[in-house]
Amino acid sequence: MQIDPTVLLTILGMALVTYGTRVGGLWLMDRVTLSKRMEAWLSYIPGTVLIAIIAPEIIKGGPIGALAALATALVAARSGNLLLAMIVGVGLVWSLRTLLGWV
Amino acid sequence: MRLTNKPMDNAPHNDEPLSFNLSGVWAGVKQSIPINIGVFTYGLVFGILARQAGLSLTESLLMSGLVFAGASQFTALGLWVAPLPVLTIILTTLLVNLRLLLMGAVLHPWFSRLNFFQRYVSLFFMTDESWALTMSQFAKGKRNAAFLLGSGLTVFVAWTSATGIGRTIGSVLQDPSRLGLDFAFTAVFIALLVGLWKGKADILPWIVAAIVALIAAQWLPGKWYILCGGLAGSLIGALRHAD
Repeated sequence: MQIDPTVLLTILGMALVTYGTRVGGLWLMDRVTLSKRMEAWLSYIPGTVLIAIIAPEIIKGGPIGALAALATALVAARSGNLLLAMIVGVGLVWSLRTLLGWV
Repeated sequence: MRLTNKPMDNAPHNDEPLSFNLSGVWAGVKQSIPINIGVFTYGLVFGILARQAGLSLTESLLMSGLVFAGASQFTALGLWVAPLPVLTIILTTLLVNLRLLLMGAVLHPWFSRLNFFQRYVSLFFMTDESWALTMSQFAKGKRNAAFLLGSGLTVFVAWTSATGIGRTIGSVLQDPSRLGLDFAFTAVFIALLVGLWKGKADILPWIVAAIVALIAAQWLPGKWYILCGGLAGSLIGALRHAD
């Protein structure tokens, strides 16, 4: 057991603000009533947030990343199997990188 | 796990029952296995970097267990110098995690019907991964809100155990990208996106989200691009939505 008091304080502070962001959205929504348009706005968020997470990752991955992304999407759409889609995507990235000598 | 492409109604109707029980927790546990391969890999990397930054094993485990938010923990390690800039690290953590506010708000149609403990315990386990999986469940018409807790618990176990292992063994897994494991998260999120597709109305918001995220990733530090892209795309969607 080795804990520095300043480190502990920092970690507790980080934990507190993070939990605040986790509960804050729901807490706030309990206290405001949304218009239809606002509800429509929230309904678009899951998709747009996911797109925003992956777009830079795909670009960072270069042609191999783009190809693997396409394959993953196709497998997911055709099979509906999340694990299979992931294995195909990761497997493709791994094999192409190995084949092409680490891009 | 099955994903569907059929159009769905995003918000639940008031007369539809919403459950919160063990079968929901279990469904969350089972369906989180693919995503946890990615979580575990990143946890190992975090543990290794935490060691390099000078955190003890106990401190590393405390951070992963109490903060439990990968992106902000990596950012904190980047700021980890002596003397420790305590306030800077805490404020940066807040900024990096602001996206969780938005994600929590999106859960409201379902979670507003849970009791105090169900809500505020479940929300501790809300991560990008467990949230995305939960939303895809709701999108398919599943009505068990305990899914988030089950999914989040597995992410928690994967993240903290990998942190401990990474901190202990140091540098065995030098380069996860060699195995293509850096693509695991992206792959899972792509598969989840396929399940969230509702139809043509999504095209423009998704394109805008991607473009804004790409621009923001170029110019802004940390994870701001997620919030920027997600907000821009969804606002475009809402603007086109007639009242």
